[in-house]
Amino acid sequence: MTVKKSHNNFIIGCCITGVMLLLILLGAFWTPYDAEAMDTAAKMQAPSFTHILGTDNFGRDIFSRVLEGAGTTLFIAVNAVCAGLFFGILIGAFTGWYGGWIDEVLMRIADVITAFPSILLALVLISLLGSGKSNIILALSLLFIPSFARVVRSEYAKQKELDYVRNAKLMGVGTPRIMFVHILPNVWPVLLSSIAIGFNNAVLAEAAMSYVGIGVLLPDASLGRMLSESQAFFFSAPWYALSAGLTIVLLVLGVGLISDGLGEWDNA
Amino acid sequence: MADLVLQVNHVDVVYDDNAGFFRKKPGFHAVKDVSFSIEQGEIMGLVGESGCGKSTLSKAILGMQPYTGEILHYTKRPQMVFQDPYGSLNPAKTVGWIVEEPLRAYGKYDARERKRRVADMLDRVGLGSQYANRRPRELSGGQRQRVGIAVALIQRPRFIIADEPVSALDVTIQAQILELLLELHRDLSLSYLFISHDLNVIYQICDRVMVMKSGSIIESGSVEEVFDHPKEDYTKKLLAAF
Repeated sequence: MTVKKSHNNFIIGCCITGVMLLLILLGAFWTPYDAEAMDTAAKMQAPSFTHILGTDNFGRDIFSRVLEGAGTTLFIAVNAVCAGLFFGILIGAFTGWYGGWIDEVLMRIADVITAFPSILLALVLISLLGSGKSNIILALSLLFIPSFARVVRSEYAKQKELDYVRNAKLMGVGTPRIMFVHILPNVWPVLLSSIAIGFNNAVLAEAAMSYVGIGVLLPDASLGRMLSESQAFFFSAPWYALSAGLTIVLLVLGVGLISDGLGEWDNA
Repeated sequence: MADLVLQVNHVDVVYDDNAGFFRKKPGFHAVKDVSFSIEQGEIMGLVGESGCGKSTLSKAILGMQPYTGEILHYTKRPQMVFQDPYGSLNPAKTVGWIVEEPLRAYGKYDARERKRRVADMLDRVGLGSQYANRRPRELSGGQRQRVGIAVALIQRPRFIIADEPVSALDVTIQAQILELLLELHRDLSLSYLFISHDLNVIYQICDRVMVMKSGSIIESGSVEEVFDHPKEDYTKKLLAAF
């Protein structure tokens, strides 16, 4: 019955993401050098066996900083997506299930939020709230709520008409239980690709905000911040920009491939 | 007169057309002044072409559709067997979970007792408890309809509404499911309201039959009466087609 199909995208995506996650996890506990430690004797060194990704203009080990920075970026992206997802599911479930004027009002607000380019809105929010990790998470999750809510809402509007939901009502199952125990598991498959897209947008948005200097605050390393610091030395120390940039690309690529692969799986 | 399970008196259902804020169209009159009653242990057929109001009437009886008039239930919790065995089972859950859910909602039995009753019920509908860990998509149409019947029966209702329960199935599977419904009817002294557009099926299973046309019941009586001596032209046409 199962059609033999290649799941290359999914497998490659899992490999990339798996390796990245392992490295980031490693970086949370152990880095080859202290990511903040400066070594004036070893400034701007090319990759070698002592510093496998080289050192930056202060003599800091780039590999250690990439591990730390990727950890910060991941922390921000995961938290922003989780918070956005939580409220997105709540709002989407209620508007999709009940409909009516509440639905109209909330969805028009969502339209307004999505009408602005997300980076622009994030910039406005950050300039109001101030920069820093938790504010970036707050701003990004606010931006993500409408996109998740919209997907969840349309799924609920569709699912609530199906016989299994009518049947559950008939048995006397309570509405909250129908919404979150009966229907929600059927919404996940559709949500997965939105989650992957949201995660990638979060990684890129964090990098972009840190790049323009309104993201993560100074002592923390982040991939976007490293990218912006590295551009002054692009010709003298290209490994600096490349290691930060490639890490972002790999993070986004891995998750993107997984979501593509999941899509193929659904169609199979 | 035998005990009644259901009495329907002068029921009307009008669908409001919410076309716009200011524009109020006259609603669609889906069920017009319908009255009938079903006795204990009786299988009542409801026949008519699609769109005639059969399903709307069943929804009204189950309280899923606002209506005017009077619907009196003499049993607790009537249940429903749905037409589409693909849509009526939650695709994300296992068969055991799906059949157990009405008992959880009922809230009277502990987990062990619920599991026992689920296993019993799966045996009763001819599936066997080894199906408890399967998911609906792993089952055939007939097997899914058996699960649907198990779900309807597990709260031990006395009255079941079967809305085209075999229309989505192959003819051989249809016969098996009808046989199962008749067997359960005998063993558990159930009453059915059996909705179908298929006169053949109605003839095989029902005691009495009502013919519905554009919202009204135009003819009713015992199956022999209606099939052998139809009074209305519409019924004659239906029978000619069958």
